[in-house]
Amino acid sequence: MAELSGQGLTLIRGDRCLFEDLEFALKSGELLTVEGPNGSGKTTMLRAIAGLIDPDEGVVRWDNTNVKRIRQVFHAGLVWMAHRPGFKGDLTLIENLRFESGLRTMTMSSAEHHLMRLGVATLTDIPFRALSAGQQRRVALARLVLADAPLWLMDEPFTNLDAAGQDLVIELLQEHLRKGGMCVMATHQQFELDAPAHRIRLQ
Amino acid sequence: MSDRDPKFPGLLDGVVSVIRRDLHLAWRRPGDVLNPLFFFAIVSTLFPLAVGPDAEQLARNGPGILWVAALLAALLSLNSLFLNDYEDGTLEQLLLSPQPLPLLALAKAIAHWLVSGLPLVLVSPLVAMSFQMPARSTAVMMLTLTLGTVSLSLLGSIGAGLTVGLNRGNALLSLLVLPLAMPVLIFGARTVSLAAAGEVTSAGVYFLGAYCMLALTLAPFATAAALRISNE
Repeated sequence: MAELSGQGLTLIRGDRCLFEDLEFALKSGELLTVEGPNGSGKTTMLRAIAGLIDPDEGVVRWDNTNVKRIRQVFHAGLVWMAHRPGFKGDLTLIENLRFESGLRTMTMSSAEHHLMRLGVATLTDIPFRALSAGQQRRVALARLVLADAPLWLMDEPFTNLDAAGQDLVIELLQEHLRKGGMCVMATHQQFELDAPAHRIRLQ
Repeated sequence: MSDRDPKFPGLLDGVVSVIRRDLHLAWRRPGDVLNPLFFFAIVSTLFPLAVGPDAEQLARNGPGILWVAALLAALLSLNSLFLNDYEDGTLEQLLLSPQPLPLLALAKAIAHWLVSGLPLVLVSPLVAMSFQMPARSTAVMMLTLTLGTVSLSLLGSIGAGLTVGLNRGNALLSLLVLPLAMPVLIFGARTVSLAAAGEVTSAGVYFLGAYCMLALTLAPFATAAALRISNE
């Protein structure tokens, strides 16, 4: 079973230390939430875990191997839900998803079922830019559920979502963790989840 | 995970998806494609009007003017190579995909050439007519423009990758790419001039071919490194 850990992570931006000597370890079925006020470095920390930023010190390990050495294996095992949607505005939802299925493993056969559940099944022929902010957010969830990856990295997944949408995120997350997945989430929202959870508070 | 798809996308799938997507996007927004092409056509057809109808003079200056117009048109389209992907977050998704980044960078450059370089090459014979260019040098011009625009797309992708996170990347991009583009311009224009004078052109063509191959093998790795740096 997969395992994600960070050791001695230190990140300095300009003359400010965002975090220092940070440790965490995450096993299958577990959740790690990163909390803290605006500008405390939550997103930066997620980016460091994902490998978009090199931490100034420390290593991130995936199955006890430094992720830099197994970049492709690690990235095959994660999906990234960032603040920016990561979909092309001029393409429809299906075109966007089909494009991604050329890059990573996506279970396109069950796409219809999942899109229905996300409440976006009727929007598949509309260019992505024509969708509302909340709908775009729901569509971004489609990437998570269709990608066959154990690690979800979510940056403020509740933004712009209505109450039903927020419940849906929690429900999907719960299922994902029950199936043996794991998740690192930056959020300031409190929510109930029936899974072992770790917490990092950034100042 | 339970419902695993048996198909894991291969290397070629990644390259093909990126090219197909970028062509698709260009099709949806033809303006981005047509802009540099219009620029090329307008600049190079205005010159004969301004310089005067002296056939000999036009034939002498034609190759140089055509090549400068082509180079500037190529530069014009470079800025948007990664910018849109950066702004909507798809570049991050590319960086975090299990595909090797140099291959994806190569695919981006190929797609860029298909929508900017290739139309330019195809339009160039029409433009060459306004310079009284003989058929033989028109053929040489198309060949050298092909090699040159491929090189420019590849070299330009390095600069575009480096400047993608910057606010005023455009000026810097030109500054970065122009020195690398100089050999292409010099050999390209000179080879067409030689062809017009009825001399041997193979040396210039070979040089452009070698330069193109060098760009093809090295630029994708440099672009991948540049993208990683500018996305920090």
